[in-house]
Amino acid sequence: MSFVEYGDVIQEGDTAIVFLGHDSMFPVKVQRGGQTQTRYGALRHSADLIGKHYGSKVTCSKGGWVYVLHPTPELWTLNLPHRTQILYATDIATITMMLELKPGSVVCESGTGSGSLSHAILRTIAPTGHLYTVEFHQQRAEKAMEEFREHKVGHLVTVLNQDVCREGFGVTGVADAVFLDIPSPWEAIGHAKAAIKKQGGRVCSFSPCIEQVQRTCQALAEHGFGEVSTLEVLLRLYDVRSVTLPLPDFGDEAGGPGGGAPSAQNATMTCKTAVAPKEMAGHTGYLTFATKSLV
Amino acid sequence: MEENGEAVNAQWTIKEGDHVVLKREDVFKAVQVQKKRKIIFEKQWFFLDNAIGELYGTNFEVASGGTLQPRKVKHEENPQETKEAGMDNRNIVDDGRSQKLTRDDIETLKEQGLKGKEIVQQLIENSTTFRDKTEFAQEKYIKKKKKKYESDITVLKPSTRILALMYHGREPGKICHLRYDTLAQMLTLGNIHAGSKVIVFDTCAGLVLGAVMERMGGYGSVIQMYPGGGPVRAATDSFGFPAHFYQTLHEFPLAKVNALLAGALSLESEEKSGLEDSSTGARELPQKTVSEAVEREAEHSSPDVEAIVVTSEGPEDKSKAERENQRELRVQEKKIKLEEKRKRLLAAASLLEGRNADGLIIASRFHPCPVVLSLLKFVAPSRPFVIYCQYKEPLIECYTKLREQGGAISLRLSETWLRHYQILPNRTHPKLLMSGGGGYLLSGTTVVMDTAKSLGPQRVEEPAPKRQKLEEANV
Repeated sequence: MSFVEYGDVIQEGDTAIVFLGHDSMFPVKVQRGGQTQTRYGALRHSADLIGKHYGSKVTCSKGGWVYVLHPTPELWTLNLPHRTQILYATDIATITMMLELKPGSVVCESGTGSGSLSHAILRTIAPTGHLYTVEFHQQRAEKAMEEFREHKVGHLVTVLNQDVCREGFGVTGVADAVFLDIPSPWEAIGHAKAAIKKQGGRVCSFSPCIEQVQRTCQALAEHGFGEVSTLEVLLRLYDVRSVTLPLPDFGDEAGGPGGGAPSAQNATMTCKTAVAPKEMAGHTGYLTFATKSLV
Repeated sequence: MEENGEAVNAQWTIKEGDHVVLKREDVFKAVQVQKKRKIIFEKQWFFLDNAIGELYGTNFEVASGGTLQPRKVKHEENPQETKEAGMDNRNIVDDGRSQKLTRDDIETLKEQGLKGKEIVQQLIENSTTFRDKTEFAQEKYIKKKKKKYESDITVLKPSTRILALMYHGREPGKICHLRYDTLAQMLTLGNIHAGSKVIVFDTCAGLVLGAVMERMGGYGSVIQMYPGGGPVRAATDSFGFPAHFYQTLHEFPLAKVNALLAGALSLESEEKSGLEDSSTGARELPQKTVSEAVEREAEHSSPDVEAIVVTSEGPEDKSKAERENQRELRVQEKKIKLEEKRKRLLAAASLLEGRNADGLIIASRFHPCPVVLSLLKFVAPSRPFVIYCQYKEPLIECYTKLREQGGAISLRLSETWLRHYQILPNRTHPKLLMSGGGGYLLSGTTVVMDTAKSLGPQRVEEPAPKRQKLEEANV
């Protein structure tokens, strides 16, 4: 297993996702002799996990069962230890496509944060691309590197512990794309420009506040970026369920109460429908994209 | 990553035969670069000859005679020097008389060879109300006129972003109204990446297929499922992938899925049916697609077939013997193509037969239910799948069926909402128009099928259908 290559069978050292049902899951580092408690009882790594196929049903000690899943960046996003606010799959998907990431892309990112986007970037740019990710918080930078190694993507990434606004990305003229998720992205636009290849590239900045976006757009224009476009993308999840609606009683033609038949009095109709949730994430952040064109 | 300067430049240079995308403002058009070929784009015609040898991303101006002139530096200076502006629009009357230049005058200016920028300047000078407009309104006016009279064209390297934007903007019907952000979700939710084996079924002109291939970068394999006579790859070809990408691309007809699943896909019968297809000629359209597809395959995979094609196209001798020869060649050629097609079918079948694909992506105009239920059988456990449909109801049905059948968890029916913003100092707000809907997605993860089909003592994953209380409805 690795985050950039599927495997069929669970092996020691893998990070597997234990799926308990209904969006309840957690990651497990598979170790010989290891044990993990779930609400359905213990999972013994050697007996229950190692050698089993990913996607199989595993019975826990109390008789309940779980599914063990192969990790993907998307599952990781839902299960990773939060050290910061993180980006979720909806924004990540948009960023990946709008930055035109693909195998071989060289990407600069700051900050690394909890590594949610980093894992998705690494998945997409493997096996020949590279990610330079800059995080000013030392522990976060170290922890991220540790995770990348554990997930067997360490060879695709360089983690730098520095302030991107002051010191940049540590590389110049190599990036196909730059991503910024920092409090004052406008201060890093110059560094972003320097990091991008001379033939041009794409940049994206994620900011929750519109004031940040305004300053960033101004900085982008000042640095000669084109195609500046700000957008917001939200996920609407639907709940599929059957609903049963009562049919009203119009009475009989004589004006009597309801045709007499008991069925007419509590007649109902059932249909399958998709219900929008009562509440949903209404805002994550604005995504500003721009192109550095050919000089 | 160690490329020498020349190789880097070659990759970034526009060459004859390249698939490129032309861009003007927010409008795109995908074309192939060919010498002396007239291109019509945004009511302008021109030739791409001068673009050859220039770098991707170069800005061109259309000069007289339809030649392109590279514009090295893009200077964005404002045409008007006088910074005179009104306070508000109280004195602006919409009587259609503010512009002193007539259409004929403008045409004359154009004929005199005035450039777009100069025409815009003329328009400003001849507008009686321009000075009374507010600064913002002036800016808007200039922008509008620039769009109409300036003729900047940028030549871009195709990408999923650009082609998805282009198709969505120009021909949404051809891609089942799949919006670009929805396509982005599909690629991410499907965990599409290099080295995997992905099954794709799209009736979106091959746009989804192209997007998947771009994300796989020529590593791994893609199996394109197709309905009817042959696979459609118009949009896929617009990506301009290098030839080796096509070596990872396979195709398999939906019409043979049941046979394959039953283990009854026979090669002999395939050969026969192939011959029948070409001899009856009853179904003309699909047949044409087949032959086209075969030709394209031949181009990509077998150089010797290509060589034969070339010889058969040689100068025609009218002598009988020669004609006989030609016919024989053609028969031979057909045989080779059929053999080639059979081999490709076998290769695709053997990829599917392992039932260990790493992902399934569907975006079609067909009802997704039977498609998913069949194709999911080829996917390994613990792999993601994503189904796009323009409508919600068929996906609700899919959801229900998959729940009943088992073998899939984390089923999610979703839609994305996309809004663009105007960001200007003190004038920031959402754009006035937004897309009403970009289609729906059903995504999930495969798991090992429960053979016993016992639901187990635990929870059934879906909460029991919640009956809306009758009282509630009565309130």
